[in-house]
Order: sequence, then C-alpha cells, then structure tokens
Amino acid sequence: MLGKIWDEHEILRHPSGPSLLYIDRDMIHEGSFHAFADLKRRGMKPRRPKQIFGVADHYVPTLGRTSSAAASPAIAHMIDTFDENMEWGGVRHFGLTSRAQGIVHVVAPEQGITLPGLTIVCSDSHTSTQGALGAIAFGIGQSENAHVLATQTIWQLRPKTMRVTINGRLGHGVTAKDVMLALIARIGAAGAGGHAIEFAGQVVRDMSIEGRLTLCNMSIEAAARFGMVAPDETTFAYVRGRNYAPNDGEWEGAVSHWRSLVSDADAEFDREIVMDGSDIAPMVTWGTSPEDALSIEDRVPDPASFESADKRKAVEKSLDYMELAPGTALSGLKLDKVFIGSCTNSRIEDLRAAAAILKGRKATIPAIVVPGSTQVKEQAEREGLAAIFRDAGFEWRDSGCSMCAAMNGDVVGPGERCASTSNRNFVGRQGPGARTHLVSPAMAAAAAIHGCLTDVRRI
Amino acid sequence: MKAFTRETSTVAVIPGVNCDTDQIIPGRFLKADRAQGYGQFLFHDIRRTDAHELDPAFPLNRPGAERSTVLLVEDNFGCGSSREGAVYALVDHGIRALIGPSFGDIFFNNALKNGLVPVRLAADQCQSLAEHLNRFPDAEVTVDLAASELILPGNLGRHPIIIDAFARECILQGLDEIEMTFTYMDKIKAFESDRMASHAWLAR
Ligand code: SF4
Repeated sequence: MLGKIWDEHEILRHPSGPSLLYIDRDMIHEGSFHAFADLKRRGMKPRRPKQIFGVADHYVPTLGRTSSAAASPAIAHMIDTFDENMEWGGVRHFGLTSRAQGIVHVVAPEQGITLPGLTIVCSDSHTSTQGALGAIAFGIGQSENAHVLATQTIWQLRPKTMRVTINGRLGHGVTAKDVMLALIARIGAAGAGGHAIEFAGQVVRDMSIEGRLTLCNMSIEAAARFGMVAPDETTFAYVRGRNYAPNDGEWEGAVSHWRSLVSDADAEFDREIVMDGSDIAPMVTWGTSPEDALSIEDRVPDPASFESADKRKAVEKSLDYMELAPGTALSGLKLDKVFIGSCTNSRIEDLRAAAAILKGRKATIPAIVVPGSTQVKEQAEREGLAAIFRDAGFEWRDSGCSMCAAMNGDVVGPGERCASTSNRNFVGRQGPGARTHLVSPAMAAAAAIHGCLTDVRRI
Repeated sequence: MKAFTRETSTVAVIPGVNCDTDQIIPGRFLKADRAQGYGQFLFHDIRRTDAHELDPAFPLNRPGAERSTVLLVEDNFGCGSSREGAVYALVDHGIRALIGPSFGDIFFNNALKNGLVPVRLAADQCQSLAEHLNRFPDAEVTVDLAASELILPGNLGRHPIIIDAFARECILQGLDEIEMTFTYMDKIKAFESDRMASHAWLAR
C-alpha cells in the first residue's frame, strides 16, 4: 500500500535518492507561524490555498471561544496571529467559533480532508493519525511546511515498511490505546524508527475508524514515520458524505481506485510484528516514555531488571521523576487529576466508552473532558454523554489540545499525578513537574471514580 | 541556512535515552519569535534545579561548555513532537553537529533543513567516545561533511557520515531548498494538472 500511494505521488526522484512527492493536502495550526514568516520574508504566498486547511487547536482556550478567553496575552496573540496568517494566505480555516474547529487530527478525518490514497502533511508529529484512512500522512517541521506551502511538494526518502498484525480479538475493557501501549512497550519508543507501519489483522479489521485513528496516532510514539491501515468498507462508509470528500457523482470512481491501493496478498515488508489481541490487558504507563507501559495488573519495575545500562539509568531517573518505588502495584496508585482528551482519545467513541463507565457514578478527584472537536462536543451533548460527565463531576470543556501539551494554559500542577488519555508521558509534557500516566478513556473514567489507577474490568 | 563543511570542536555529552523535543525546548517557549533567539530555551528545564537555578552538574552548564559546538547524545534523540523549535534552540545556541546512535525522524529532517548535522554513530562507538571524553574532557572531534567523515579523538578512528546525498549537498552549499525545488516547477505543474484531472474534488 505504501508503495502504491508513494508511486502515485512521485513527481521525480533526485539522483541522490529522495523523491519529490506531490502533497495533496496540508493542515496548518498556530505553530505554523514560522512557516508563514518564512514565506513573507521571501515575498511568496501559499501556492495552492485550496489544498491547505487551517485550524486553531494547540493554544485555544477550553473555557470560552474567543482569543480573549486565552490564558495569557501571549497565548491570545498566537491565536490572533494564526487568524491573520490564514486571511493573508487565503487559506480556508476553522476558527474558534467554527463548528469544524477542533484538534487538527480529529478535524481532518471528520471533515473528509483526510481520505484514502492521499498524501497529507501537517507540522505536527501526530499527523500519522490520519494514515488510519489509508493515506500517507506525516508530520513535518516548519521549514518543510514552508516548502509545501510554496511548492505543494516535499522531498522525502521512502521509508522501510513494517507490518504489525494483531490477530484474534480484544478482551473486555481493552481498546486500541491498550494495543498501542502494548506494542510500544514491546518494540520500544525507537522500535519503528525509519519505518512506515501498516496495521493489519483481525483486530484491526474489526476496529472502527476511531480505533484505527488511535492506533496510527500513537505509531509516532514508536518512532514510525507513518502509520497506515488499508481502506475497507468501514473506511468508505466513514468517509462518504463528508465535507471535502468526493461527491456522489465521483464516489464510485474514487472507491474503486481506493480499493486498488490495498497491499497485495504477497506484499513483502521489511519487518513483521505479530501480536495476539487476546493477550493484551488494559495498559498504563509508569515512566516518562510511552514504552514504559505495563498491564494494570503489574507492578512498577525494578531498574535492576533491565538489561541495558542505559535503560537502567533512564528507568532510575524516570522513577525518581514519577516518585515511584520499584514493586509498587500500579492498580491503586493515588491520582490528583484525570484528563480525557487529545488527538489520541477525544473522538465520540472515546467519550462514549468513558461515559459508559461513569454513568451513575461520581468522580472523586478533579477531572476534565475536552472533546476533540466542536462537532464531537455537540454530538456528545445530543447523545446525553455531556450530562453523564457533568453529573459525575467532570468539567465539560470546549475542544482543543488542552492538557495534552499544556500550551494553552491547561496544566497539571508540579508534582501532581494525572491519568491522561493523551499520548506522551514525557517529563514536563503536561506542565513543569507534572506526572502523567497514559491510559485509555475507559481506564481514565475508572481512575476518576476511585481516585487511583484502577482496572476498568473490575467496575 | 549557514553552509557547513567542516567543524572541529570539544564535545558536550547530553545524557539520556529517548531525549524528546519537550526536553530540548519545553512547549511553553514555542510562542517566541525566532528573532529573539531560541538558544536561551535550550534544555531549559533539565538544565535547571528544582529551585530554577542553573544546575552546575548539567553538561552545558560546566565551565568551558560554551565552546562545544558538537553534542554527543543517546539513542532516539529528538523523538516526540515535530517542533522545529528544538532545532532552532540548538542552532541558536551555537550547536553545529550532533553525534548519537539514532535520532527522531522528524527531528533529523528538521536538523538538516537548518544546517545542523546529525551524525549517526554505532552505539558501542558512542559509548567508547563517552568514556574517552570522560577521561579527556578537552578532546576534540572533527565533523568533516565535505569528506563525509567523522574523526574521533585518541585511537577511536574515523567513521563515515551517512546523510542522504541530497541533504548533504544542500548543507555543504548552504543551498535553499525552496529555490532549488522551483527549478522543477514545470514538472510539478504538469504532474498537478494530471492529478487534478482525475481528482477534481481535491482542490474545491
Ligand atoms: S492533542 Fe496533543 S498530541 Fe495531539 S496535536 Fe494536540 S498537542 Fe499534539
């Protein structure tokens, strides 16, 4: 699949190796201001503005929908600059009050901007999310972004391929998030470096688009260049009728082309990983890298149990930061906060899973839900999920990245311990000194009820 | 981009596997205009103690460290967020090259676009270099991009620098990639009009 989509977008190959790839769509967010500054310095404008879409997400307030609600003037300035740049570049964009506003990787599939067979870039590492629909989607830096805006192309070396096959079925209470944490724990945070992952197997075929988006989202946490899932009937049903998808007249042609992109039965991959879905338990991270993940039934590991000296050192450091002693049971670990949100787990299905656990119960610690987009928010309100969250004592916020990266001022305080449905438990990611435990939405809900890490299967 | 041909320097050793871009530059500084320089944010939080003072034990805070334009780093350096601010912080601090076993992919590309040379060196060689530097902190390495060679101190030998030829050419000449790509604009336009003919919905 990678090869087919790649070849279809290769304008030329430079004698020294990299391909000049045509980029179908580029997504822009507030952090892209460097790329716009670069264009302005050169006296250029975006070359193909209709193939560029902007959405404000990283810095947006989640309590209020104007930039004046932002946590600080500097943050408000980021949002205003974004709007100005979009106007200047003639780029279609979804501002704070748009119904289409949300986290870029939630919005792009939702609006039909992400489609099978496309090349999509965004200056954000989790662009890998969008490969879930059968696209080549990857994160780029601001220099590359300026290059795409100016030329609608990018120079890229073709990555190696890795197939991750997940056979069987997932157990009760086990989700796409747990699959990814289990995979990253197994192959390491650098495990898929230089590779494009294609997810396959029964578990993936049975999975909704929401779940597949979660898989591909976190493939970057294993250092993969792209994450992809072959498009199938589930994909086509999801895509049909979305705003920027092919219209009814174009539909049949598009689908038949998309079907042809699927990997052939005898396709060879540079690496193969096979997992059994029924072996995976609800997972939780204990350290400061997503590879530091274990089943909720496990205990904090002893640094001495790791083979490599580097890893032993790293584990000691992260346990120190996390203020955890080796041998502590993960289940029952006291928390200060719960965050449900981020491009990993803020789609409607994630909110449904959390609400199913919370229904008729109360959170015993501060907890917030930040829907991935305004559309998700409205849908959740219609479905009665918002009421369940509110009744349980959760704060029900407006959409954005929020506490995932703490750029908008929604932070976990120094020393506080947070169960989070986001994707990175890095030192300081959710605020200086914050301690993050990555979990699925259902596990986050269970944690909120008990005020500690809790096996959702026991609820 | 500043051209890079050859750089000889002492080496600062940055400890830690999976050193992510949040460590290289915390997210809260990414709002800053590049004009004010990003060097001040480099490793901002890990350079400091809990009392927010510069930690004398952190390698870049040691006397003489400001002379080092080359860093020795551990596995998967620059993983995580795609923020190019991480590269800006290194470049604005005066860092010109990195040596490590592996780098985050997006970070690696970002580095190349900014003339920062990431050199991949086998893990055991990195280990030997770290041990050597421990004994001889003033030892120097030479990153000779023109000759595609990393020259290590003592008897640690010479090692090939493997960077794709295209990026290498751009960095050696300090070439601007956008201008270079514009020389292919005829081909891009021809490709584009074919693509739009079969994917009209792409640009509606
Ligand atoms: S939700 Fe988090 S990971 Fe996703 S785009 Fe926003 S900041 Fe990045």
